[in-house]
Amino acid sequence: MTEDIKIRAKDLNLHYGQKQALRDIDLDIERNRVTALIGPSGCGKSTFLRCLNRMNDLIESASIKGRVEVDGMDIYGSDIDPVLLRRKVGMIFQKSNPFPKSIYENIAYGPRIHGIKDKRALDEIVERSLRGAALWDEVKDELTKSGMALSGGQQQRLCIARAIAVDPEVLLMDEPASALDPIATAKIEELIWQLKETYTIVIVTHSMHQASRVSDTTAFFYMGEMVEMGPTQKIFTSPSQKRTEDYITGRFG
Amino acid sequence: MNKAWKGRAVAVATGGSAFATIGAVVWILATIGIGGWQNLTWEFLTQSPKQGMTEGGIFPAIVGTFLLVLLMSIAGVPIGTVTAIYLNEYVGRQSKVGRGIRFAVNTLSGIPAIVFGLFGLGFFIQFVGGGIDRIANHGQLVWGQPNILWASLTMAFLTLPVMIVSVEEAMKNVPGELREASLALGATRLETIWKIVLPQSASGILTGAILAISRGAGEVAPILFTGAAYFLPDLPDGLTSQFMHLGYHIYIMSTQSPDVDATRPIQFATTFVLLALTFTLNFLAVLLRWHMRRRAIR
Repeated sequence: MTEDIKIRAKDLNLHYGQKQALRDIDLDIERNRVTALIGPSGCGKSTFLRCLNRMNDLIESASIKGRVEVDGMDIYGSDIDPVLLRRKVGMIFQKSNPFPKSIYENIAYGPRIHGIKDKRALDEIVERSLRGAALWDEVKDELTKSGMALSGGQQQRLCIARAIAVDPEVLLMDEPASALDPIATAKIEELIWQLKETYTIVIVTHSMHQASRVSDTTAFFYMGEMVEMGPTQKIFTSPSQKRTEDYITGRFG
Repeated sequence: MNKAWKGRAVAVATGGSAFATIGAVVWILATIGIGGWQNLTWEFLTQSPKQGMTEGGIFPAIVGTFLLVLLMSIAGVPIGTVTAIYLNEYVGRQSKVGRGIRFAVNTLSGIPAIVFGLFGLGFFIQFVGGGIDRIANHGQLVWGQPNILWASLTMAFLTLPVMIVSVEEAMKNVPGELREASLALGATRLETIWKIVLPQSASGILTGAILAISRGAGEVAPILFTGAAYFLPDLPDGLTSQFMHLGYHIYIMSTQSPDVDATRPIQFATTFVLLALTFTLNFLAVLLRWHMRRRAIR
């Protein structure tokens, strides 16, 4: 059982100042699966996602209680360096955020920081990462072009390529397609299916259709609590909680 | 009738004030432009003063001004940049430390230039320089007297606020998403600042440096006691040398010269050079800032 659990949150509570944003979250995320976090705006799903690679550390007012384990290790333990954790747990943001550098430099940035200097090794990583993000064929002849010059969908795939260039084990995606048109969204979703062979993926989405299309497991968040979690199919056809049913049938949110 | 008169009076008063400003600018530029241009020759720019400074050129003053702002930048640009990094990247906008530093920076920018001169004399020359001489030179005067190093450091303090504000402004324009992207890839805070924030703020650092240089080139009061010399036919040959300076040269030519009338053409031409220098630098800074804004929008 524990073999298959990549990330486990236990009694996780988070406050922004006085305001409680997460309440007693218990949640297991399975290895090489896509787990979708759904729920109305402000329900805590993004906040929870950012607990998994300690990006909330950057927010001064945030205070966290409870445990988050990755491969059985408490990532909030005193011996954990968040910088090393983030190499293992990568993140894709809602708004694509390529560096104002060339396509090549965007992807080489992470590996360079982690000490890879050899040009040939970097070339190889850049190609592999761009292929992994299904972007290689579109940009292979213009790697020196600015990453900012790509279309919105391409930029987001560039960000995915950049994230996988440092060889993470987990990819956290915070509404990765919310700013994209349907065709670009479809490409990202297709990509997520391919990526789960290699990575454990946690995706926050406000689109229930997206959650049902891409995920194996779905967790429903509401007002800082994790209401229900289960196989995606079951959550969307016969949820056990009334609040979940109300949300997915569109009665609120 | 009465109201109409009032309206006309207000229009005349406000228009008159506005024209007074324009008039002053035009008058200064015209006087200096005509008077200076007539006396500007290649020899004037490349030769030393001659005949009790009633003839010859201002080459040592140009070089001295250049060296002053160069040394000032070498000291001021890194200190200003590092301060801005600390303010923008390490302490919170509303934290006590941040507000304390900002208050200090604002206060510093409000201190009269002559006070900086006295500070330089007391701190750099007497305390630091004098201290070095007592310890290293058996009390012989080497560092404990005015020189180009102390003048430059004094000027660096004067121009620090300009530098800090300009760099901080540029850093604020670097989107937070880029910092997050870098950190999420496992970069440390320092790596993020060094590889993402600083390169993105380069034009702000340059703008700050240019504005500081423009200010430093024009100020006379801070170098009055700390290093500027009346007349030196030779160029400075080290950090302990004194130097000539364009602004100071104008001052001594018009007040200390034995024959003020004879130096008048030189005064005009020197002022012309100084104005041309500061205008060019300010114009460059405006261009850079415009370029930076345009990039921030995109």
